[in-house]
Amino acid sequence: MPRALRLPLATIATALAGLAIAVGAGGSRSTPTGVNQAAILADGPAPSLQDYGFFLDAGADRPAPDVMSYDINTPLFSDYAVKHRYLYLPPGAKFGYRAHGVLDLPVGAALIKTFDFPADLRTPGQNARRIETRVLLRKERGWTAQAYVWNADRTRAVLKIAGAHMNVAFIDSSGRPRAIGYAVPNVNQCKECHAVNGALSPIGPKARNLNVDHDFDGIHENQLARLVRLGRLIGAPEPSLWPRTAVWTDPNETLEARARAYLDANCGHCHSRASFADNSGLYLDLDEDLDMTPGVGKRPVAAGRGSGGLAFDIAPGDPDHSILVYRMASDDPGVMMPQLGRSTVDGEGLALIRAYVTSMKPTRRPN
Amino acid sequence: MSRNLLRYLVVSAAILATCSAHARVLHVHAGADAAERLQTALIEARPGDTVQLGAGRFDAPDSLSLDVAHVTLRGLARDKTILAFDKQSAGADGLLITADGALIEDLSVENPKGNGIKSKGVDGVTFRRVRVEWTGGPKESNGAYGVYPVSSSHVLIDHVLVRGASDAGIYVGQSREIVLRDSEAAYNVAGIEIENCYHADVRDNLSTHNAGGILVFDLPGLPQMGGHDVRVFRNRVIANDTPNFAPKGNIVAKVPTGTGVMVMANRNVHVFDNTIDANGSVAVLLVAYVNAFTDPAYDPLPRDVSIHGNTIGKNGYDPTFEGGHALAQALGGAIPPVMWDGVVRFRTPSGSPSNDVMNLNVRDGPVVNLHLGDQGMPLDKANPTVTATLGAAVSTEPAPVMLPEGQADREDGGKGRP
Repeated sequence: MPRALRLPLATIATALAGLAIAVGAGGSRSTPTGVNQAAILADGPAPSLQDYGFFLDAGADRPAPDVMSYDINTPLFSDYAVKHRYLYLPPGAKFGYRAHGVLDLPVGAALIKTFDFPADLRTPGQNARRIETRVLLRKERGWTAQAYVWNADRTRAVLKIAGAHMNVAFIDSSGRPRAIGYAVPNVNQCKECHAVNGALSPIGPKARNLNVDHDFDGIHENQLARLVRLGRLIGAPEPSLWPRTAVWTDPNETLEARARAYLDANCGHCHSRASFADNSGLYLDLDEDLDMTPGVGKRPVAAGRGSGGLAFDIAPGDPDHSILVYRMASDDPGVMMPQLGRSTVDGEGLALIRAYVTSMKPTRRPN
Repeated sequence: MSRNLLRYLVVSAAILATCSAHARVLHVHAGADAAERLQTALIEARPGDTVQLGAGRFDAPDSLSLDVAHVTLRGLARDKTILAFDKQSAGADGLLITADGALIEDLSVENPKGNGIKSKGVDGVTFRRVRVEWTGGPKESNGAYGVYPVSSSHVLIDHVLVRGASDAGIYVGQSREIVLRDSEAAYNVAGIEIENCYHADVRDNLSTHNAGGILVFDLPGLPQMGGHDVRVFRNRVIANDTPNFAPKGNIVAKVPTGTGVMVMANRNVHVFDNTIDANGSVAVLLVAYVNAFTDPAYDPLPRDVSIHGNTIGKNGYDPTFEGGHALAQALGGAIPPVMWDGVVRFRTPSGSPSNDVMNLNVRDGPVVNLHLGDQGMPLDKANPTVTATLGAAVSTEPAPVMLPEGQADREDGGKGRP
């Protein structure tokens, strides 16, 4: 919809502002870049992704000037979806560096993540089916999460607060045809993973995850360095002091570093002391004490049949007797881990964790 | 433009409606897309609202969840409104509650792939006239817990029925201020399990045809530990005779089939005025945590335990635990009503010896003491003796658990008690 046609709506919104009624479905106060800040800050979600103005095109391929494309070192597995991540910061907004935890992004910021399924994972840039775009919006009162599901001709993505289920087919990296039942999360499910001490929070944008070079339209630059250079990220120490999560697929990293990075990204958002699975007593995030190997000698608490009849979360040297491996290898919703966000097994991730457990010396098992 | 304006006005009207004091009732009927409509209602509900379900089956392909505080989810009746998870392909629970003050009543949950109804980290949750059942009978492939509040406070479980859970039918974990009453658990591995909890009243329940009737456990390595102040009274713990079908590795897999009441670790547990009958292994089992542990704050011994005034029928005639039959024979054909492992010492993970005072008082003897002495000692080191009673310690019975005013008698659709 041409922007001019939205103006009367904004006029009404302004008129009603005195009645303390929030704009529910899209005001149109736009920044010079085209991003609709009113929509980001509104009480309720906008009905379509396009209402936010994060992209110059309806298909969400070309980010607006203040919207920065980024990657993280080791991402969450999402049924092999290819993800495109973007960060929007309001004009002039700055935020402070943090060595641990998620960066303290300012009010009005947004994180945008689009999920594509290429027809063939061996050629990820081609023939991609665009499934959903999730947004995390930093409002005055905190973060909110929403999912927008794309139409078939990729011109519009609409809000789905109750989630969605759809069938997705693709050729996997070994050339095998795959068909999966993909689940778009509902807003409660968003929060199950994205809650820290009960409040919704981003997961990925931690300094250690962003500490990697990225291709900014042909210019390769470290993402943190770019945010510092642009004057957005302040208070950062010199680059040599920035923490860095390993890239889980990088053969130059140690096996342990790759495995711990994978467990952090795929498990640590719930299995941490402030998150949904804190009652399990199993903590897999990288902010835990790295001298301890989590899960070794740890007995299941409330795993039920998720234990697979096994005694320990990790049996050093013995992946076949490790509950963690058993649950990663399952696609039964009553058994599998993570509980949300996948319907199929991450074969490559599983192989990495199996190798990691195999590499542990059995003597590390407690008596 | 006109569509957007219309949407805007509708949204405005909805926002104005919330400004009024009237809680709304959101009706959801069975039929096509029932689960999606129900989930939408659970998301769109506002504090104080009721989501009212109609009669029939609500087929859910995914977990349902409630994250809005002070919402009632109500069916027409326990056997009229059924949340059916037979076709569940995603999600680890039937219904997950993550907001304070939920009331779930007059409905059933059938055949969830994982747990039935779970609440996590909430203050105030009530389950009333709810049934959770795996309808194929006891199977290892059934979900773990039927009704499963964890890390929660002010928990009321009232007139609930759970059948078929492969771990515990009614399981309360790492919670505090709990009232579990007038409920029934049958054909689960454990009927009722109170684990790592503070202040629980478990009363007037029926636990039957499980492997174990009522368990009060405390486990190491968890955020809430040191379970204490639990009263188990006026329950009927009858004929717990379903062979233990828990997946190995889980702590309940160690519960001998035919156990009535079992207390493992914990402090200040009072078991009284129950009827305990026809449990083949033992009526009451009192034990230390058996595995090695690394948590320096953990105490594996059951302390300040009082067992009195129970009506104990014929139990212990078919003990299923290791060495049970030999022990029964040596003791005249049956295991006495109360069995204590006799563990009185343990070593902390750093190696220091413990100095607990056990403070036991068992009136409902005879009692067999296995005299294992040290925590972790295997059963074959038992040196059993039988006495009429055990100990004479005076431990003060915990005060009745008090729930906030209104939680127990929150408006319930005019049905009253069943």
